Amino acid sequence: MSILVNADTRLLVQGLTGREGGFHAAQMAAYGTQIIAGVTPGRGGERALNDTTPVFNTVAEAVSATGANASCIFVPAAGAADAIAEAAAAGVKTIFCITEGIPVHDMVGALAIVQRHGARLIGPNCPGATSPSAANSGVKVGIIPASIHLPGDVGVVSRSGTLTYEAVQSMTDAGIGQSTCLGIGGDPIIGTTFRDALELFAADAATRAIVLIGEIGGSAEEEAAAWAGDNLKHLPRVAFIAGRAAPEGRRMGHAGAIVSGASGRASDKISALEAAGFKVALSPTELPRLLREAGYAPRS
Amino acid sequence: MKIHEAEARQLLADAGLAVPDASTATTPAGARAAAERLFSGGAAQVVIKAQVLVGGRGKAGGVKLAATPQEAEQVAAGILALEIKGLPVRRVLIAPAATILREIYLAALIDRSSRGVLLMASAAGGMEIEEVAAKSPEAIVRVVAHPHAGLLPYQARQLGFGIGLSGELLKQFCVIAAGLVRIARSSDADLVEVNPLAVVPAPELPGGERLVCLDAKVTLDDSALDRHPELAAWRDADSEDPIDREAREQGIAYIRLDGSIGCMVNGAGLAMTTLDLVTQAGGSPANFLDIGGGARSEKVAAAMRIILADPGVKAILVNIFGGITRGDEVAKGLIAARDQQDRVVPMVVRIVGTNAKEAAELLTAGGFETAASLDEAAEKAVALAGAGGAAR
Repeated sequence: MSILVNADTRLLVQGLTGREGGFHAAQMAAYGTQIIAGVTPGRGGERALNDTTPVFNTVAEAVSATGANASCIFVPAAGAADAIAEAAAAGVKTIFCITEGIPVHDMVGALAIVQRHGARLIGPNCPGATSPSAANSGVKVGIIPASIHLPGDVGVVSRSGTLTYEAVQSMTDAGIGQSTCLGIGGDPIIGTTFRDALELFAADAATRAIVLIGEIGGSAEEEAAAWAGDNLKHLPRVAFIAGRAAPEGRRMGHAGAIVSGASGRASDKISALEAAGFKVALSPTELPRLLREAGYAPRS
Repeated sequence: MKIHEAEARQLLADAGLAVPDASTATTPAGARAAAERLFSGGAAQVVIKAQVLVGGRGKAGGVKLAATPQEAEQVAAGILALEIKGLPVRRVLIAPAATILREIYLAALIDRSSRGVLLMASAAGGMEIEEVAAKSPEAIVRVVAHPHAGLLPYQARQLGFGIGLSGELLKQFCVIAAGLVRIARSSDADLVEVNPLAVVPAPELPGGERLVCLDAKVTLDDSALDRHPELAAWRDADSEDPIDREAREQGIAYIRLDGSIGCMVNGAGLAMTTLDLVTQAGGSPANFLDIGGGARSEKVAAAMRIILADPGVKAILVNIFGGITRGDEVAKGLIAARDQQDRVVPMVVRIVGTNAKEAAELLTAGGFETAASLDEAAEKAVALAGAGGAAR
């Protein structure tokens, strides 16, 4: 199996009629994802994706008409937090938000609504998740390029986009496949943390090893390590932390990537992960070798 | 975006909080006039404070007292001639000097772990909160504001009692704490900090004391500036480097460092990793640069201009993992940019992912040095920079 996205995922795309939403929805559908509805306020009644997919004015209408159980949001930043709240209130339980640059106070409000409705938010400012099931097919939600994946049993979780692609490509090149590859997003306030993702992977029978890709800023890696030390002993686990060379006090692109005073340093994250039994790579290309050293062997 | 103390105080005053009357001046004569006004209003002494967007200005001689208008003029002249951590002082703030009985720390900030607006208060004000956290973490009281309603009255009381306040001071404290959260939410601030929140004599009040905000630090959320044009206008263009400004306007995340290898990467995490690998290979990066997703050739050309504006750059490493970004677009941009540049530095280019094959053909035809892996690219860039920028 996999986590978060699988063959039962019935996806609606908020912002399907936009340029980004339309392009990536077509890529997702080509990979094998069931895209059953789109939502764009004011465009209800239209059809998208070569006339295959109905568009609704509201998420509530889309859910009641199609039974959508997951949403992927490509709405521009000014309206994205509202789109998250709308999805949660309409009963969607798994919500991916790809949008970058959402005002952080908007996220504080939206996340509280998500929690009140018992939904799960992934992101924002994240690339989404892919669960490959065969060569060039499976289920993907978001913008991760399909070509980098190989089906397998290593769970990958990352705060970054292109760095994840780099790491996953190096695994695929080495013949190591993935159960699910999940990007949790680079913003300071996100719905699903590293620890949450590790809990999901730990409960997934199809995941037999873990790759965690973190970066400077905050303490989410340390919190995940503290949990993993007690609860993830049964799985080989490796990690990479970006930003060892980053100067203090400067925001490194991602809104959340900043070393401030004594917190957020790469060295502390690496120590915490090593103490929790992770082997930590100095380059993403070392991950396949370290996985093997940690006792992982791909099933042939 | 950081704003100056003078503007941060204005946000507090606009919210109805107790902030002493102050004004700013850009010349010693202006400082003297401001001081005269304060002295005639009854001030015994004035404080003159450098307006710079870095910490530690007190230690750098940027905060001084004056007892007469003449002295204020001299002191202001001295401070306006200073450079603090590389930033020239262009403006000073003049305020009445307060008689401080005690100092409190109070801040509202966006907190990752609780995913909300966190209020932090400490009875040990006046020093950096990091210092308090290190020396006596138990002295810091925390509460997370309601996600939609802001700081509720009981939460404010909890904080105030937690740092030992009572009576009249507690009431005033609750008003200020709720005010900081209101400012954070209405201005989209990541941080609203008052340090010190000072206890000063107030013979007219029952307890004989009151609270005033003597300093203020506010950081605004860059992602929300579009909806606050009046706050965005406070950007201090003078302390922004022209290259930084071009990068910001182009939507490129750029941070200048002090090494010799210019880096152009797509994606923040991969850009950080590129710096790490350059450093690990024995080189030193000249910058962090993320061209963002879906970058087209014009943006690549702008990124090249920004990198080459740094005279310390001896070699350039381009690392692109195409997803939304198409490799051939980047390759075309690189070729166009090279033809537009006066300064030629050696370059190593690695492009993988979407349209990598087309990119490779363009780069080979253009005579670019290429690399297959990120590790190889870093090593080649270090070798090229070490060769002192010899022609390709």
